[in-house]
This record gives sequence, structure tokens and C-alpha cells, in this order.
Amino acid sequence: MTIVNAVLQGIFLGAFYAVLACGLSIMFGVMRVINLAHGDIAVLGAYVVFVIVQSTGMSPLVAFVVALPVMILLGYVLQLAILERSLKSGILTPLLATFGLSIVIQNLLLITFSPDVRSLGGNAGAITTSSWQVTSGLSVSALGLVILVVAVLLFGALQLFLSRTRAGWMMRATAEDADAAELVGINSRGVYARATALAVAIAGLGGLFLAIRSVFDPVSGPTQLIFAFEAVVIGGMGSLWGTLLGGLALGVAQTLGAHINPEYSALTGHLLFLAVLIVRFGGGRVSLRAVR
Amino acid sequence: MTLLRVDRLDCRYGLLQAVRGVSFEVAQGETVALIGANGAGKSTLLRAAAGAHKPHGGRVIFDDIDVTSMPAHRRVSLGIALVPEGRRLFPSLTVEENLRVAAARRGRWNVQSVLEVFPLLQPRRHMAAANLSGGEQQAVAIGRALMSNPRLLLLDEVSLGLAPIIVDAVYRSLAGIISEGTTVLLVEQDLTRALNVAGRVICLLEGRIVLEGEAASLDRDRVVGAYFGLKRPA
Repeated sequence: MTIVNAVLQGIFLGAFYAVLACGLSIMFGVMRVINLAHGDIAVLGAYVVFVIVQSTGMSPLVAFVVALPVMILLGYVLQLAILERSLKSGILTPLLATFGLSIVIQNLLLITFSPDVRSLGGNAGAITTSSWQVTSGLSVSALGLVILVVAVLLFGALQLFLSRTRAGWMMRATAEDADAAELVGINSRGVYARATALAVAIAGLGGLFLAIRSVFDPVSGPTQLIFAFEAVVIGGMGSLWGTLLGGLALGVAQTLGAHINPEYSALTGHLLFLAVLIVRFGGGRVSLRAVR
Repeated sequence: MTLLRVDRLDCRYGLLQAVRGVSFEVAQGETVALIGANGAGKSTLLRAAAGAHKPHGGRVIFDDIDVTSMPAHRRVSLGIALVPEGRRLFPSLTVEENLRVAAARRGRWNVQSVLEVFPLLQPRRHMAAANLSGGEQQAVAIGRALMSNPRLLLLDEVSLGLAPIIVDAVYRSLAGIISEGTTVLLVEQDLTRALNVAGRVICLLEGRIVLEGEAASLDRDRVVGAYFGLKRPA
């Protein structure tokens, strides 16, 4: 029964990773950009929510709704001020630019908020502490369930957006052939900016979940980035449903590892990531599918 | 009335100069064919007119508006549409999505009327563009350009890589579109087809216009001579 519990907790953890990875997957799928500042943007989102909670005393979940426009605006600025320029000069430049941005965000957070470790778990109320004891060895936490449901709704909504709406087709068309998209009247700059704004907003949601379910500090970003990146790669780069499954697989691998020995938690996650890399890319077959 | 005016246009790819000081006009309702050997600069000229290639010098004027530095997507909303070489469909989008994503201006063309002109697409409507045959893809590419209800339709080698019988069908559909008054500037390798479909022919050689005239008034030998840059005895 404890194995079943470990898998269940892994799914809850994995849903969190999937939310973190979602924005990374969107930016890679649409622009072929690997955003090395993604984890730091999520942590920045956590701090934005933190500031709102501190100054107004509202619940973090409500504060996130207030923080959302800030994150969307930040995404537009990030695209138009930094990524758009770096995209013009080849595939490596965005990598360097976002690496630099990651350091800038971390240090700005350090200056502004000090290195203190924070959490919003206490402000979120009953959601963080409630759980249902199904059997003696199996418990379902309310927060885990909320994150899982939000993750499934998020990926489902994105899937509907990409497959059913004209704005979604425009995003896929631009991802597949930006020049041809321009020729049929699609403003590719605008589509890129919208994709980044969406990715940053979802990173903020990841930051909110990080802040509620555990703790964060100004340099928490890179760890979150690694887990998000592993989820994207495990699920197949650029595939949206793959990212959800990849996040879940990573979470389950980590809790199963921790079930054997708590020290193995991160290790088993990394091993799964390496195994997927070897299976997928080791045979000389490289597949980079667009967001579908 | 002049719809498109190209004025001393220079286009370069790095050090290579593809178009050298080319000037010409296309009047409203006209069908003009650009002909010439490979590398003569025909496609580059079309791409510069559509905004897909940034010219090095000169101007492109559409309906009295200088569009030289206007991005391609804004030229579409003015009424310029290019059917690019190699079709360039969005492979994961269905036929209908490829068409609907390109709807820019209101007018005669919509998904329904495009499917009426290209009935072969009707059964393929919900199929991904990647799974279509070459002829079907070309039909979608032309239909996609029509969806923006262009005043000027630029066609780049629509017959390339297609079976002759399919090319016939494509040109039959085009004849219908042209007869409705759409202005067309097309690049065509097949001289006979170009002379048949176009009212006027412009022949390019190494980035310069070497021959220009009414299709009916040009004799084939002169065109062939200009096409290959043969020096003819006086």
C-alpha cells in the first residue's frame, strides 16, 4: 500500500513539475528558445504574489489573480526587449541572453528581499493542511489534488486553444513556418510576444504552487528549471501533452526513489531523465515535434 | 491605373546581387508573367514585392503607398498575397485551418468559395496539410493566398514539381480567378504557359529586365533569345 501511496504522491508532485514545465515547453515549441531564466521567472512570480499577500493580507490564490497581469506584461517586455533581438542572431544567443537574465533576476531578488527563505503555505489557509485519509497507508492532500486538477485543466485548455481557436492556429502556423505565416498576414512578432506572455504567466502559476507547497528564496530558480527541463525532455520536446506526462513521470520517479531511500529522490528523477535521453537520442534519431 | 510599381529595385543575398535596378509597373486587372532562367531574380523580385525579402535599394509602391519597409503581414492587409515557391503550407494544420488562418480581408473569397474553385480539396477538408498530394497542396497554397482577398496575387512557380495534368487543372482554376479581375504577377518556367496566361511578359536575365512586351506581340524566338541571353546577329 505504501508503494501505491508513493505513486499517488508522485503524481501530485509531478503535476507541479508539469505546471513549471508548461511555459518552458510553449517557448521551445513556438520559438525554439530554451529559456534558462524560466525557473527564476517562476520564483519572481512567487515573490510578486508574496508582496501582494504581505501588503494586503489576501489569500495567495486571490493574490495570484492580481499578479497575473504583472506577469503577462513582464512576458511581453521580456520578448520585445530581450528575446526578439537575441533570436535574430542565431540559436545560441537566446540561451546566453536568458542565462544572463537568470543571474540578473536572482541578484535583484537578493537585493530586494534578502536571502531569507519564505513560504506562503501558512497564508493559504486550510488548503495546505487538509487531507483525506483513504486507508491507513494512503492519504490524499487537498493541495496535491488542487495542483493536479489545475494542471490537467491548464493543459486541456491550452490544447483546446491550439486546436480550436484561430489564435491557436496562428501560433502553430508561426511555430511551423514563421516566414510563411507573415505571408498570410500573421504578425509573427505579435504571436511570439503572446507566446512568451503566456509562458511567463504560467511560470508565475508554477511559482505560486512552489510558494504554497514548500519554501522559496532568491536562488530557488535553477533547481526548478532543472526539474521543469527534465519534464519537458522526458515528455518529448515541444509536445504539450508529453510535457504533462513527462512531469508526472518525473514526480513518480522521485517519490519512488525516496520510497527506497529519501536520499535517492532527486537521483531517480535524474536517472529517468538520462534513460529517456539515451533511448530517444542515443539511437541517432532526433525528433523535435512542434506543439500540437 | 497602376497597382504595383517597382522602382529601381536592388536585392542582394550577402555579396550576391540577385536583382539589379529593376523598374516596372503592373496595372489594375493585368496579368503579368516574369520569365527567365534559374537565378535570374524572378522569385526574389516577387518576395520583395510581398515583403518576404528586404530590398537593398529602390522602392516598392502599391496603390500609391510606399510599402518598401512595411512587414509582410501588413502588406497582406493592404491586399498583396504571395503563393510562395515550394507551397510552404503549415503541415500540422488541416486544409480548412490552413485556409481560415489566412483570412485577412473581407471579400469574395472564403472557405466555401475556395473549395468551390478547388473541388478536389472538399474531401480533404479536415486532413492535415502534410498528408496531401503535391497538387492538392498547391491548391491549398493558392486558396490560402485567396483567403486574404488580394488585389494583387503573386504566384511563384505554381507548376513546379506537379504532373502536367495537375498543372492544367491548376491553370484552369487560375484562369477563372484572373477573369474575375484579380491582378496577377506570376513567375513561370514554362514559356508556353506563361505566354498563354499572361497579357504581358517581362523577361529577366541576371537580375535585369532584357525584354518586356505584350504576350501576343512577342515572337517566341525573341523571347527564347532573351531568356537565355543569346546574342542575336543583327
